[in-house]
Amino acid sequence: MDINYLTAHKLKERLIKKEISCTEITESIYSRIESVEEKLNSYIRLEKKNALKKAAEVDRIISSGGDIADFTGIPLAIKDNICTRGVTTTCASKILENYTPIYNATVIEKLEKQNFILTGKANMDEFAMGSSNENSHFGPVRNPWDTSRVPGGSSGGPAACVAAGEAICSLGSDTGGSIRQPASLCGIVGFKPTYGMVSRYGLVAFASSLDQIGPLTRDVEDCAALLNIICGHDENDSTSIKAEVPDYKKYLGKDIKNIKVGVPRELMVEGIDREVKEAVDRALKLVEEMGGSVEEVSLPSLEHALSVYYIIAPSEASSNLSRFDGVRYGYRNLEQKTLRKMYRRSRAEGFGNEVKRRIMIGTYCLSAGYYDAYYEKAQRVRTLIINDFKKAFGKYDVLISPTSPTTAFKIGERIEDPLTMYLSDICTIPVNLAGLPAISIPAGLSSEGLPIGVQIIGNILREDNVLKAAYSLEKAVGFTSRPELQN
Amino acid sequence: MERISKDDVKYVAKLAELEFDDKDIEKFTSQLGRILDHVANISSVNTEGVPPTSHILDIKNVFREDEIKESIPQETALENAPDKKSDGFKVPKID
Repeated sequence: MDINYLTAHKLKERLIKKEISCTEITESIYSRIESVEEKLNSYIRLEKKNALKKAAEVDRIISSGGDIADFTGIPLAIKDNICTRGVTTTCASKILENYTPIYNATVIEKLEKQNFILTGKANMDEFAMGSSNENSHFGPVRNPWDTSRVPGGSSGGPAACVAAGEAICSLGSDTGGSIRQPASLCGIVGFKPTYGMVSRYGLVAFASSLDQIGPLTRDVEDCAALLNIICGHDENDSTSIKAEVPDYKKYLGKDIKNIKVGVPRELMVEGIDREVKEAVDRALKLVEEMGGSVEEVSLPSLEHALSVYYIIAPSEASSNLSRFDGVRYGYRNLEQKTLRKMYRRSRAEGFGNEVKRRIMIGTYCLSAGYYDAYYEKAQRVRTLIINDFKKAFGKYDVLISPTSPTTAFKIGERIEDPLTMYLSDICTIPVNLAGLPAISIPAGLSSEGLPIGVQIIGNILREDNVLKAAYSLEKAVGFTSRPELQN
Repeated sequence: MERISKDDVKYVAKLAELEFDDKDIEKFTSQLGRILDHVANISSVNTEGVPPTSHILDIKNVFREDEIKESIPQETALENAPDKKSDGFKVPKID
């Protein structure tokens, strides 16, 4: 098997047995990048020189008897909204085109302790706003399974590069489905942890009450291993929770006999592809065959999740993005003679259309006279959504649904119609509103050869149930397909 | 009546420190109108006695000791500044 398609845990075994060097792994990744990147555009920036230098250093450490941890010498791509010291971090926006962070995000510091290899910064929708990765200042990412289609978004780059063998794993961020939806459309595993489990320090903020960093990997085992590293309290993030971080790998390989699965009726939405529904039904059947029970359940408030999200997320974004004013960092229009004009021109020229649209929606919803009807009302309905989930988790261990109502759609198909685009996240958004952990794993291919994902949702801090179910289901589904992507 | 007028969009743009040309004002007015029409459906939900969510977990204020710690040197903090003068950020005249 090609080195660049192995999992991190398989590579670790080979590194330990000295069957392979970190330099070989890294070179194999770049040789793949060089042959397919032109078609995919998964990366905004590649760090080849530094990566090979680091790989040689790791090889020296290993040969002198140094520890090989789970991600030692493993090439990872990092979404370009996660700050990397000395490496440009653009958020796929013109406004941050030349921004070079002077510090590392906490997740990067944690990975550096393991001596991981940074392949480069992965492409995304500008400021993580989008479901198709078409909103990037650096051009759209293409789906490795069919390059006329979108990879999903906003972590389209992190998903496409893992699916195409251009990185072993990656880190993305998920505000309304931005890890799970692209993972689903690209046929890989994507996990959004419980809100507050992973420090957001160094993640450029989009919607602070919803954002969470998480892994995109080829299998559930790598996903658990990455969670082990990135989770944990951080005093630099005041929303970080002081919960104990278990060894997530210990939940793998446990049987799921007697697991209680609920299937939210509201997430088997209208407009869902027939083949997606069939794949989810097949997965549920597999759960039953393994001894689990499956029941339909109703969470009536989920009907309003999309509306609640498209009030709360833009409101928080409009506030967070007010920091981009051309003063301390980022793009500035240098021709303006007064401050206010400089602000306006810099922001008008620096932000793309979707970002402006969300800033406008958010500003409107928070403005005098509308705050109560939109923002505050949305936060009340959000409480109802949280309560519906609480009730469901009183009865079920996990909830299962499609990750995305459709398989990957064509580039350009939804871009002129924001509302239709927003519907792409209808199954993932409720999870962020309630801060729950959830994973997307591949459930099969459609008749057109496009990946279908199934979502497994757990209660707050019950990553264990999600991982147990995901690992068993992954083995039962036995998804081994890879995109053909001719060179 | 339309939910949002061109004048509303111009006013909100001013609040958000953004600028649009006439063509974009037109486009945004229609797009924002459709989005707001859709999200406004939550007005029909009965939320009497339901408190708004402030945090999904029961986290209240997070305090820490007011200790002096190492911070970023001034020179480093100015590295990304579009314009600077001696040890500060330089901006156009404040109007």
